[in-house]
Amino acid sequence: MPADTEVPPVEMPPVEKPVVEMRGITIEFPGVKALANVDFTLRAGEVHTLMGENGAGKSTLIKALTGVYAIDSGTITVGGQVREFSGTADAQAAGISTVYQEVNLCTNLSVGENVMLGHEVRTAGRINWKATHREAARHLENLGVFIDTRSQLSSHSIAVQQLVAISRAMVTDSTVLVLDEPTSSLDRSEVEQLFGVIRDLRDRGVAILFVTHFLDQVYEISDRLTVLRNGTLVGEYPAAGLARGTLISLMIGRELDELDALSRSAVRPIDRDAQPVFSATDLGRKGMLEPADVSVYDGEVVGIAGLLGSGRTELVRLMYGADRPDTGSIEVRGDAAKITTPRHAIDHRIAFSSEDRRAEGIIGDLTVAENIVIGIQAKRGWLRKVGKAEQATVVAEYIAALGVRPADPNRLVRNLSGGNQQKVLLARWLATAPQLIILDEPTRGIDVGAKADIQRKVAELASQGLSVVFISSELEEVLRIAQRVIVMRDRRKIGELVSHDIEVGDLIDFIAQDHDKAETPENVA
Amino acid sequence: MKTIVQHRLFWPIAALIVLIIVNTIARPSFISITVQNGQLYGPLIDILRNSAPLMLVALGMTLVIATRGIDLSVGAIMAVSGAVALTIIQGSSDPNGLGTVLIAIVAGVLVALVLGVWNGFLVSVVGIQPIIATLVLMLAGRGIALLITGGFITTINSEPYRFMAQGYVFGFPFALYVSVAAVVVVSLIERRTALGVLTEAVGINPEASRLAGVRSRGIIWAAYAVSGLLAGLAGILYSSNIMAADANAAGLYIELDAILAVVLGGTSLMGGKFSLAGTVVGVFTIQTLKSTITFLGVPPAVSPLFLAIVVVIVVLVQSQRLRDVSNRISQSLRNRRANSEVAS
Repeated sequence: MPADTEVPPVEMPPVEKPVVEMRGITIEFPGVKALANVDFTLRAGEVHTLMGENGAGKSTLIKALTGVYAIDSGTITVGGQVREFSGTADAQAAGISTVYQEVNLCTNLSVGENVMLGHEVRTAGRINWKATHREAARHLENLGVFIDTRSQLSSHSIAVQQLVAISRAMVTDSTVLVLDEPTSSLDRSEVEQLFGVIRDLRDRGVAILFVTHFLDQVYEISDRLTVLRNGTLVGEYPAAGLARGTLISLMIGRELDELDALSRSAVRPIDRDAQPVFSATDLGRKGMLEPADVSVYDGEVVGIAGLLGSGRTELVRLMYGADRPDTGSIEVRGDAAKITTPRHAIDHRIAFSSEDRRAEGIIGDLTVAENIVIGIQAKRGWLRKVGKAEQATVVAEYIAALGVRPADPNRLVRNLSGGNQQKVLLARWLATAPQLIILDEPTRGIDVGAKADIQRKVAELASQGLSVVFISSELEEVLRIAQRVIVMRDRRKIGELVSHDIEVGDLIDFIAQDHDKAETPENVA
Repeated sequence: MKTIVQHRLFWPIAALIVLIIVNTIARPSFISITVQNGQLYGPLIDILRNSAPLMLVALGMTLVIATRGIDLSVGAIMAVSGAVALTIIQGSSDPNGLGTVLIAIVAGVLVALVLGVWNGFLVSVVGIQPIIATLVLMLAGRGIALLITGGFITTINSEPYRFMAQGYVFGFPFALYVSVAAVVVVSLIERRTALGVLTEAVGINPEASRLAGVRSRGIIWAAYAVSGLLAGLAGILYSSNIMAADANAAGLYIELDAILAVVLGGTSLMGGKFSLAGTVVGVFTIQTLKSTITFLGVPPAVSPLFLAIVVVIVVLVQSQRLRDVSNRISQSLRNRRANSEVAS
């Protein structure tokens, strides 16, 4: 199935009038538009799933609806009334309740206290605990949960705690229930129980907004899907009429950029008879990644493709020693290497740029210059400070080479846009003269111009002999830059593909295949 | 003018100057300095001399706070180092010998360093929260000091030891030289090497620093070790001043003064960017405040309250958010006035 199939406009089944209408929602953070003019409609008695890769704007949209973020423009209409939320309390008053992935209840209180918190039954001004627990039990039984309301919440599983959180939402007569990745820590039977409750609530007319990364669950529970990408609305689709591969390509998207020159990168021949720069055998960690083999050759760009949560980040973190592997061995240029901490990797001239730029990349309150030289400085140790003159030379060189804007080395890096922060991080690592650089989603959430700059730079460096591991949610980008693609799914490596042989559609098919019988069409290893 | 106001040391220094002016207005003799036998005397000189122990402790505290930590044990470490030094001098046959005193001082400071290393071990290797890790020694340290002194207040007669806190060199108190030397050495180590910027990096974003290859464990460990070492030196100065090792009173509550000095100097308790110069100003502010209390004759019963009120005022003046709010209020008042003039 070719990926560029446009989804035909499907007649929406006639439904209830909308409970929530969000129109033209725009939210800006310094340097980045998190949501741009997004429309979203939620109707009574439907399960509506919000889909999109990381950084697509799902959580921003939810936070706008639940009053966590103020919107910069647009309108939110709930129950026919235009609302302005200045906090979560406003959203709750409008009948919108949220159950988060991490249950936010008081685990040290009893089940009944949690369900009724703030709505305890009172008799003559005092809390009537007997009646309160009776009321709590009634709400729980409505959802088919029969547990002792006087037991402590922490004594129950996460799944039960989530059901308690949902009961709590029902106490306030919510008309809208937002479930933000509720299934991520549940096992199969717990998911079934949760879905039973969700269907039940839907049949009673509650409008349910659901977020998950598990494709199977999307199809199991959803009536309708809204897909976001890069902060913009891709479209709204009925779940029944949407093929799995189409959904993936809608989420991942395609940007037809001007990067034709780069397409040569993918066909550049790589000498794989020589010794690999880096090779790992059976690299894995329990609960994180099933053992996988990886090798990278001189001047090669190895792409890693897979959806969010497929294990792509876990794989590179183990390669870098950011997490400690518990199986496998690593060789650097043929010599056995112990890489269990980032320091070990750096000593072997391996660099790693994390997907979480803010939390694991930039050091926000330091300047651009300090952020760039800290890589060299850490390598040298604290005694040999990078001198002023040397710092100025290095920083000026990389600001110019990567086009960091504004080109001011003394600006605090947290005041730069995402794309420029990414360039600063790239500069930090390139300044340490690595032989292998691992880039996890270097182009996520940054504007098209910066994206093109970074892709071009990566291709250029690789052609000069640098080895690169490149992760991106945008499969086109991976296929354009990498000569070889490792495909990940469900926390294991499911194959390796040579990128000039295949199209985005083939790659999507390969990811979407039933994983039990996934075969590698062409294994180059 | 605007750039001066925006300098991060502007408000700390302004607060210090205001304090000195208030004191001088209350009693003009506050800024008088007299010379007797070639030695300088006066309230300001006393402040410089008496601030030495707090200065040492606050310098170490600055580094610890920069790593997102806190060191509550400094007062107890002062008690231990004083106890070690005085016990050695008391037990020696030659308490006035320079060698004895030097050995005693080095031993006291080394024991303090070991205690600092212990704190650092608990925080950086074992991963205990700093406030808990250092609470251990805050409580146990005074017990150790009591054990060393055998439960008594050790007193000595040793001229070279007395010189540490009470001697004069070239007209200035010797203790002032110690504190200036500490400021200079710590500043040079932090700013001439990369230790300062790496410490800030670890304090701002520990995980990003780790992934960038910064040895954050070593840096955090070093901060606690330095804090212990400087507290040990402070303990020597303190015990030299009273010529006694009092395990219960030495450095009591100095950790709170030190934390306050660091904060007054503009270093955030959230860690990250730190200012040693700011801490120096903060220490002088606190010491000036303390002498103000005695100088103005504030009754001892209300002096903590007085101190608290002044500190609250100083902190409020320095608060960026409060300044923003007051700017906004004055702005809106101005607008309203302008509007009403237009209307009339």
